Amino acid sequence: MATPLSLKELSKKEERLTSGHRMCSGCGAPIVVKMVMLATDYPVIASNATGCLEVSTCIQQFTSWNIPWIHNAFENAAATLSGVETMYRSLKKQGKIDQEIKFIAFGGDGGTYDIGFQSLSGAMERGHDMIYVCYDNGAYMNTGIQRSSATPLGADTTTCPVGSQNPGKVQERKDLTRIMAAHGIPYVAQASPSNWADLMKKVRKAHEIKGPKFINIIAPCNRGWRSKTDDAITLSRIAVDTCYWPLFEIENGVTKVTYKPKEKKPLVEFLKPQGRFKHLFAPENEWLLQKTQEVVDRNWERLLREEEFTNPKSE
Amino acid sequence: MPKIVAVTGNEAVAEALKQVNPDVCAAYPITPQTDIMQRFSSFASNGKVKTEMILVESEHSAMSACVGASAAGGRVITATSSQGLALMWEILWIASGDRLPIVMPLVNRALSAPINIHGDHSDGMGARDCGWIQLWSENAQEAYDNTIQAFRIAEHMDIRLPVMVCLDGFIISHSITRMEFLEDEKVRSFVGDFRQVNPLLDLDNPVSYGPLILTDYYMEYRKAHEHVMSKVPGVVMQVADEFEKITGRKYGLFESYRLDDAEIGIVVLNSAAGTTKDVIDEFRSKGIKAGLLKPRLFRPFPYAEVGEALKHLKAVCVLDRADAFGASFGPLFMDIASSLYIQDKRLLMFNRIYGLGGRDYMPDQAELVLNELVDTVKTGKVRSVKEYIGVRE
Repeated sequence: MATPLSLKELSKKEERLTSGHRMCSGCGAPIVVKMVMLATDYPVIASNATGCLEVSTCIQQFTSWNIPWIHNAFENAAATLSGVETMYRSLKKQGKIDQEIKFIAFGGDGGTYDIGFQSLSGAMERGHDMIYVCYDNGAYMNTGIQRSSATPLGADTTTCPVGSQNPGKVQERKDLTRIMAAHGIPYVAQASPSNWADLMKKVRKAHEIKGPKFINIIAPCNRGWRSKTDDAITLSRIAVDTCYWPLFEIENGVTKVTYKPKEKKPLVEFLKPQGRFKHLFAPENEWLLQKTQEVVDRNWERLLREEEFTNPKSE
Repeated sequence: MPKIVAVTGNEAVAEALKQVNPDVCAAYPITPQTDIMQRFSSFASNGKVKTEMILVESEHSAMSACVGASAAGGRVITATSSQGLALMWEILWIASGDRLPIVMPLVNRALSAPINIHGDHSDGMGARDCGWIQLWSENAQEAYDNTIQAFRIAEHMDIRLPVMVCLDGFIISHSITRMEFLEDEKVRSFVGDFRQVNPLLDLDNPVSYGPLILTDYYMEYRKAHEHVMSKVPGVVMQVADEFEKITGRKYGLFESYRLDDAEIGIVVLNSAAGTTKDVIDEFRSKGIKAGLLKPRLFRPFPYAEVGEALKHLKAVCVLDRADAFGASFGPLFMDIASSLYIQDKRLLMFNRIYGLGGRDYMPDQAELVLNELVDTVKTGKVRSVKEYIGVRE
């Protein structure tokens, strides 16, 4: 029986990513991983793309993972896990293994949106029974805050630094969650650690669906976002409440927005506490600040229309 | 009884893979290898093998999936050529560094640019130092035999390293020759059951693969890898001896052809050795003491044994079907020179680059080289250390 989604019960569960790892204090990624793992009541094997999570959780003879775990390279967490999952199927078919095992790949946005995109797309198309979880902190944080295709419009990074000729990142984010949905896989979702019950329900639902699943989870990085160390959950909540990071799922083509803020907050509330957007508040960048809000509005409206369009009208 | 067949090199390799019947195969097409994976897929589709196929979207993912599947705890194969091997290059190091006994036929083909689909050794040479074992094959029979032996070498408990089995694109992969297939049962019992080492699928003993190891211990891991490599020749010989018992076919670290009493010799890999042997016979019939050495275990390279086998020669020519750009010598030449250097022996040596991009290697080229060896011995001087042959000026 599944562990009830109560903090009291969940706190009794054994941690699968144990303490002692070397992620920065206040990092969103291990919080995301712990939530995903706490939601998983099955035996599980994980693969991990090169990145912060990987380099900080398994160093030489020390590992924070008390589950079978494999790191291969930067761009191939999905392909690697597809190999593990296929060997599992092969040995199961041959009667050499009988346990039910679940498979989860973890990658940051660089390893998922960019360099690992082909590997992810291929694994999803092939239909492996696995969940790919992207912890999206919006840049290559491990190498020192370089822009990725997940970096939001206007952000200051070390490869699109704000300068006299450049106002930060001038391109919009790649909408990877929707791109994964376009693969026609049975389950795609977007989640946030601020809404932990929503996140865990999505992971649980994904485990019960056979085939490839993709969950994109926002994971604040105080180093890259230049925010306060203890603000990871607050910022991910504001990201949700401003509709910068809407919570939704697409199950067999039907879109459901799983959380609609009572009052959609202005995007500046998300941007203000982050040093990477500081320059947007200078008078000469007003146009860009405005544009960031327009992008969020457009995407949010489209999501709501999509929900309406894909859900059969109730009589 | 072994079956006498007329098959292509690719068909022979596919048959060996079928008889071994691995647990997982990652397949991606590339000329001239495609034919192997196509045939193997057909075996899988028709229940001739138990293998689960992963029909990946690139060679990079093919090797990545092989790493995952092998670490999970089973027998894993893929095959590739040329650009495909180049694309996997990053993960080749991880497969060997993680000590995963993957077996991969490499149907040798030239590298781009210019794009060329025909046989040369640039691909395999580009991956010679990535910690894999490389076995090279003259013909379809050797490719078949090496493929079967590769599993035993890779999975040996003292080794646990991936193995590449090299055969020449088109010249061998697509030409039909007479050869022998072993009985399925014989292959199966020769190869034996796969033995797992630290499988990911063992939930009771969770392992972490692929840790970060920095200045404090990385070098010790590299040294350990090199140490394992040093045990490979012994295991290759042990497996070859057992293979001889069931087939009567004798394999070594390299093949010596009329070398023992030779005064001049040619060193050459793969299919060109066949043509060269014919021409050596002609020279022998004229009373010229010519011989040949054809490396089989190219990585790790048996420097001491090769040097020992060559040191009595007066002159040697190394034929390379790949160049190592940088105004230096071909890759095989450099290994042969090293083999002789540690013997404290300076022979008259020269290097000829031949057959790039599938350019035919004809008997007249072997004749040219042998005549030059004769002249070199006569004059005591190497006219030119490195040249291209069979090329327009």
